[in-house]
Amino acid sequence: MRAAPIGLLAATMVVAYGCGPTANRESAAALSGTAEWPGSFAIGHEATPAQIAALDIDFGPDGAGAPPGSGSVAEGKAVYNAKCVACHGLTGREGPNDRLVGREPDDAFPFGESRGTRRTIGNYWPYATTIFDYVKRAMPMALPGSLTDDEVYAVSAYLLFLNEIIPEDAVMNAETLPAVVMPARNRFVPDDRVGGPEVR
Amino acid sequence: MGNISRRAMLGATGGLIAGGLLKTQADALTMEEDAVSLQAVQADPTKVLGAPTSVLGQRAPGEQPRRGMGRPAVTASSRTPIEQLQGIITPADLHFERHHAGVPAIDPDRYELLIHGMVDRPMTFTLDDLKRFPAESRLCFVECSGNGGAAYNRNAARDRAPGQIDGLFSTSEWTGVLLSTLLREVGVSRRASWLLAEGGDAALMSRSIPLEKALDDAMIAYGQNGEAIRPAQGYPARLLLPGWEGNAQVKWIRRLEVSDRPSMTREETSKYTDPLADGTARQFSFVIDAKSIITFPAFPNVLPERGWWEITGLAWSGRGLITRVEVSTDGGGTWAPAQLQQPVLSKCATRFRHVWNWDGGEALLMSRAIDETGYVQPDLEALIAARGPGTSYHYNNIRPWRVEAGGRVFFAQGEGA
Repeated sequence: MRAAPIGLLAATMVVAYGCGPTANRESAAALSGTAEWPGSFAIGHEATPAQIAALDIDFGPDGAGAPPGSGSVAEGKAVYNAKCVACHGLTGREGPNDRLVGREPDDAFPFGESRGTRRTIGNYWPYATTIFDYVKRAMPMALPGSLTDDEVYAVSAYLLFLNEIIPEDAVMNAETLPAVVMPARNRFVPDDRVGGPEVR
Repeated sequence: MGNISRRAMLGATGGLIAGGLLKTQADALTMEEDAVSLQAVQADPTKVLGAPTSVLGQRAPGEQPRRGMGRPAVTASSRTPIEQLQGIITPADLHFERHHAGVPAIDPDRYELLIHGMVDRPMTFTLDDLKRFPAESRLCFVECSGNGGAAYNRNAARDRAPGQIDGLFSTSEWTGVLLSTLLREVGVSRRASWLLAEGGDAALMSRSIPLEKALDDAMIAYGQNGEAIRPAQGYPARLLLPGWEGNAQVKWIRRLEVSDRPSMTREETSKYTDPLADGTARQFSFVIDAKSIITFPAFPNVLPERGWWEITGLAWSGRGLITRVEVSTDGGGTWAPAQLQQPVLSKCATRFRHVWNWDGGEALLMSRAIDETGYVQPDLEALIAARGPGTSYHYNNIRPWRVEAGGRVFFAQGEGA
């Protein structure tokens, strides 16, 4: 993520997941540092902005790190049919690899009750930005990292359209993609397992 | 893998090295390994000069454990044959695998770890740099959070060996630099609370990790059981998060970005989240709850005769020490404390043993682990009640084994045990 504006979203996440800055910072320094340790070991090199930019590709849920560019549903269909269809099927439902499309069964989120429902982008993924982030990293499987940012925006748009989340004339870019509200957005809860006698 | 019948059949040729004492039901499956395992040995080795020194050791010809797997694949797993191992350490070449885009071939001379984001000084560290920092070694397990899925099933198949159930679990001595040491060098912002860990594989596998864990006991590890980490475990360096699910312990680590919120990568949203019966899904469910499995006797063992046998297995908890393991031979009617073999270490496999005088009749063997938080490994029905039958990941229910009157042993989860 580049030059992240710290928004309300970020603030709520820190609270929600309970992992904000804590006294552990100081205790860790005490743990790993000993009396004879210097302030810095002066090992390693300062990273240049170019080095960072070359690797810093993550696209956060708040839009931080979103690259310029855009893609339409129609453009995404062309990309999908050329580069994705062999593994994910003509409509994103056929496989043989991960099923990408489907809102079954009516956004009811029955996954804890049975293993019968396949998880798709439409019925399970909580953030639209994850599509861009993942596709840019890892897809297509045989040529990872080969898509342009415009192509990744476009295929993100097409997959959101196939899942009936955005209209056919929508265009995805650095502003519109993070603004998409996914059907399963509010289904995810922090881990409440803490040890002790209660089974959770 | 010992094989009495084969030894008897082929004994006239000079004898064989037999790997163990017990006849198994899987003899047929091992026949294809015979080219490796059945080398002739001397009838009387004391009358023949032995083999000379060599630059690289080999396993005994009759001791050829293999990882369990289907066809080789780049997005797949292979399993540690835990029932064939002693003690707690997993030989590095038998460590389980789970890859998302294959094993990358990384040039150690070009390797760099970048740490940036909400830090005072973004920095890169070469492999030699990492090795210059004060090092630590610790024994701990790594387990895939999907391990044990075959046991989370009221209709589980009977013909499942321990490695087929819990083989996505391995224990090593890991050596590296504590992540807190590196974060001390770059200077972490007081507003920071998470970091993104990214691997250098073809999936650029990435997970968001709470900074609290990074500063607690996380390590950038480059050593495994005394040697360089194997490529399949993250060469030249990986993130190690003791006690946490394996997926978060990003292999081939190339970038750490300090942040103030999780990145919501695919592996922490679409995957590695645990749906619950109430229509929610647990996210960032990192910690491995206490669990255990008996590795002997288990399928495909056959107990050839009544009498004294030692029940043994492995127990572990991502929350710290295993304080107690209890064993039942009557399906949970009564429980007896097992002996915990030293060393007993936090977030590490613990070997347990319990002697048992088998009367030759039916028995139902179970183990349950208890950790230092007081957590008691639940049975399947208790776990289903807490999470729902369709949940995914973190399957730590009790694993039962049926001993039949004839001595054959089967996985008994499907009996409704």
